[in-house]
Formats: sequence, structure tokens, C-alpha cells
Amino acid sequence: MSASLELSLPLADVAAPAPSRSYWLVVWRQLRRDPMALAAGLILLIIVGAAVFAPWLAPADPYKASMIKRLLPIGSPGFLLGTDELGRDMLSRLMHGGRLSLLMGVVPVLAAFGIGTAIGLFAGYIGGKVNMIIMRVLDVFYAFPSVLLAVAISGALGPGMSNSLLALTLVFVPQVVRVAESVTTQVRQLDYIEAARMSGASAFSIIRVHVLGNVLGPVFVYATGLLSVSMILASGLSFLGLGVKPPEPEWGLMLNTLRSAIYVNPWIAALPGALIFVTSIAFNLLADSVRSAMDIRR
Amino acid sequence: MFAYILKRLIYAIPIALSVTVVSFVLVYLAPGDPLNAIAPADAPEEVILALKSAYGLDKPVPVQYGLWLLRAVQGDLGTSIASGRAVTAEVLSAVSNTLLLAGMAALGGVLIGCILGALAGYRHGTWIDRVATVISVIGVSIPHYWLGLVLTIIFSIWLTWFPAMGAGPGGSSEWMWDYDHMRHLVLPALTLSVIPMGIITRTVRALVADILEQEFVTALRARGLSGFAIFRHIAKNTAPTVLAVAGLQIGYLMGGSILVETVFAWPGTGFLLNTAIFQRDIPLLQGTILVLCMFFVVLNLLVDILQPLIDPRMGRG
Repeated sequence: MSASLELSLPLADVAAPAPSRSYWLVVWRQLRRDPMALAAGLILLIIVGAAVFAPWLAPADPYKASMIKRLLPIGSPGFLLGTDELGRDMLSRLMHGGRLSLLMGVVPVLAAFGIGTAIGLFAGYIGGKVNMIIMRVLDVFYAFPSVLLAVAISGALGPGMSNSLLALTLVFVPQVVRVAESVTTQVRQLDYIEAARMSGASAFSIIRVHVLGNVLGPVFVYATGLLSVSMILASGLSFLGLGVKPPEPEWGLMLNTLRSAIYVNPWIAALPGALIFVTSIAFNLLADSVRSAMDIRR
Repeated sequence: MFAYILKRLIYAIPIALSVTVVSFVLVYLAPGDPLNAIAPADAPEEVILALKSAYGLDKPVPVQYGLWLLRAVQGDLGTSIASGRAVTAEVLSAVSNTLLLAGMAALGGVLIGCILGALAGYRHGTWIDRVATVISVIGVSIPHYWLGLVLTIIFSIWLTWFPAMGAGPGGSSEWMWDYDHMRHLVLPALTLSVIPMGIITRTVRALVADILEQEFVTALRARGLSGFAIFRHIAKNTAPTVLAVAGLQIGYLMGGSILVETVFAWPGTGFLLNTAIFQRDIPLLQGTILVLCMFFVVLNLLVDILQPLIDPRMGRG
């Protein structure tokens, strides 16, 4: 689309070639026809549903321990998935555990999506020295392997759920910023942005109307890809004892406390990790489908 | 070429310096007094002051950083508060164990990943391709600490082929290249290798499929070349990217090994970090993070320098 053509149009019609509402509709239709996306979506729906409605669906109290019913095998009467090392109902704990595990996996990605996009848009749009300084500062975070960074930050801040959420967000923000900044820098140099600026649009409205729509797509794809990593890392922090504290049910923490039970009842010990795995694989498949569905325009 | 290497080296200096700042400052984010770990709550004022000056905690933070950096450059990372031993010695022995584990895992993962990825890319759309894709998705999605647990259940408890814990017989942390030590290495290395394997498979598959569609391959075929000759051209074209990805993966493995080391009680940096965090051993925490990150920085630098050596197009650019 050339600048001269756009300038000849009345101001109201200087529509951004940014993805419109119908673009997201096309992506949605594409996803609905993708069997992989449907399967992943269904799995996630079941897991999220079981977690959200756990207080109503769970057959037992996830905190109620019993010394005489410890580590019952899967399929014991009254305990469909057996009991854990303190005699608590595994099925109920797994359902309740999904609440914290999913929360701790998804929230950092959402936060990083918001914060990272904002910083990336700002840096990319301003350009010049400010951009360079922001990006160089963020480069420092790239000098740390992400697991080490997450463990180091939450270890330094001290164990706890909010600290590990903060640590994970800090790990993901620089990555999102990089994606948002590179797209913004490319878009900023296009003619129609120049045209909008000449017609007197403010920086804020240019970013909102013309840049954001272009940036959102790639960043969205990147963020969906982060969900699986975030799930594994968040539960990993709890597994190390840096995240959620006992007796709270959380998959990573349950995996840790059940570790000593592998000699008695290995299947029970493996259950929480299997759920982390299934969730993370569903997120990954969904991210792959979203990526290919959104590629149709490129 | 020389100018390029010099440029990379100079670029690495500010990164390395910032890493030292982050490693040092990170610990000051924490609430609470680091002295709590050593001094009893009811210690008299003089004792606290003496301890403070002994650990240099009575000076302003920037001065503390300067002194710490000066000593760190000379190889002195202070004394561990928990064990009273020199941090440098503790970190180095742990790092060598972690590097051994990460190196083995990377070697296995990259090798299998390259073979699987090349097969999948060559036979694009066939069952081999589908199997490789499934394996790579599993590789990047699996929580490796859980995989470690499952492998322990299968190979240590049921089959009793490999030991479940430690780096050597009798819990020794000194590594030796003998049968008994190598048996301890198998499960943790296998667990850790799954991550690079998935990523390398994915990368190589996409690269090979991409290159096969390029015109020069058609030209090679038209010239009558086949089989191995074409494979050589493809290998040459994929090598730089694979090297870059593999290099980064080794670095990530040094972080990822923290969790796997916990599962297998492997005496590496993960174990050390755990001790440092839960005993609030600040010199140990700073030292471990610093050494690991410096390895990562150097690794990135090496990849940057090696890449144009095997891909002449980049050196000119």
C-alpha cells in the first residue's frame, strides 16, 4: 500500500492495514477446522474445568489427612486415584492442584504479554538512543539461562507463590519485548505511519490504531508458545520448594512431597507430573496450531 | 575475521560486567538481614558488628560490590556462610559435575536430534516424519523433573539396571571414568537430553525440508548427483544454524540441570543452589550464579565466533 494512495483518501478512511476484526475471525475459523487444535482445546477445557469447579466436583476434602489410609493404590474403594503420603484423596488434590498450577503457569505469561508489549511498542516507536538503551539493558537478562534466572530470582526473594510469579514474569518480559520491539521497528518505517503522523495523529493514537494491530499477532503467537514453558517452570519452582508451600495442593509441590513414595506406590507419585505433562503438551499443540493459523496472511 | 572476533569480544565485556552486577545485587532484593543465617537472634551488639565487618557487610553496597568483584576476578568468591569453606572450591567442583551432566546430555540430545530431524526432513510427510514430530513435541513439553522420576521408577526400581541417586558408589561426589560412576550418569543424562533432542529435531527437520526445496538442490540433482553428495551439501548448509541452537541448548541445560540434579541427588550446581537458597548463604548464592552465568556468556561468545568460521557468508557480512 503506497503512501500517496492513502494520503489522497479522506482522513477517516486512512485505515490501518493492521489485522482487522475479520482477521481474528479467519484465524478462529482456521483453528476450528484443525483437529490438533480441537483435541488440545478439549483437553485443556477438561483440565481447566476440573480445576475451576474443583470445590463442587471433587469427591473429598483435599486437606483431610488420615494416618491409616496412606498411599492407597489407584482404584481403592472410595479413593478413585488412591491417596497421598498423608492419606489425602489424590483425585481431589489433583483437581484442586490444577487451580494453583494453571494460575502460576498462565499469569506470568499474561503479565509478560501486557508489560512486554507495552515496553516493546514504546521502545520500537521511540527508536534511537532510548530504544538502544532499553534493548541493551534487556540483553543482560539474555545472559542468564531462563531456568537459572527463575530459580535465582525466586531464591533471592525467598520461597513463596507471589515471588515465583514475579520471578517468572521477569524471565518472560525481555523475550516478549524483543518480539514486540522488532515488529514495531519494522512497522514504524512504513509509509502509512508517516502519513498518519503528517495528518496530525498523536503518537499514542498511531500506536493504538496503526502499530498495535500489527504487533499483537506475532506477540500473541509467541506468548501462546510460552504457556507450556511457563507451566513446566512454575511447577518446577514449586517442586524445588520455591513456589507454593504445603499443605496447599499444587502439582509441582505434590510431585516433590510424593517423591519418597516411589518405592511404595510409584503410580501415585507419577500422577501430578503426568498432569503437568498433558497440560504442557496441550498448550504446545495449541500454540503450533495458532502459529500456522495466523501465518495465512504472511 | 579478526576484526569480527574483536568486536564480539568487546561486546561481551559489558554483558559480563552486568552479569556480575545482577549476580551481586539479586541477593539484596531479599527481605531480611543476611546475618540472620549465622548470628542467633539474641546476639549482643558487638558480636553482630564484628560479624558484619568480618563479612564486609558494614560498608555501602557499591563498595561491597567493588571489593567483591576485585576478589572475584582473582578467583576468590568469599567464604560460604553455611559450611565455612571457600566458595570458589565448592562452586568449581559442583560446576564440573554439572558440566559433565549437561555435556553428556547435550551430546546425546544433539546427536539423536540431528539424526531424527534429518530423517524427518528428508522423508517429509511420511511416517518417519510424523514419529519425529511427535517425539520432538514430547521432548519440548515434558517436565524433565517428572521424566527423571518416571525413569527412576522404571530403570531403578523395577528393572534395577541403574542406580537412582548420586554420582558414584557410596555417595561420592568425586567423578571418575569407571563403570560404577558411569552407571550413575546414565539416567540423569538421559533425562536431561530430552530437551535439546526435541528442539534440535524440530530445527533440523525444518532446515532440511527447507533446503531440499531450494533450487541449488534441483541443480545438483540435474547434474546427476545423488544420495551422499547431496547430503553433504545439506549438512554444510544446516551446520551453522544447528551449531548456534546446540550452543544455546548447552547453556540452557546448565540451568535446566538444577531440577534434574534435585531428582537424582546429583552433586552439581543445582544441589549447591538449593543449599545456598534455603540456608540463605549469600556468598555461595552469588558465587554459583556468577560462575554459571559466566559459562553461559562465554558459550554464547564461542558460538558467535565459531559460526562465521564454518559459514564464510557470515564473516563477510
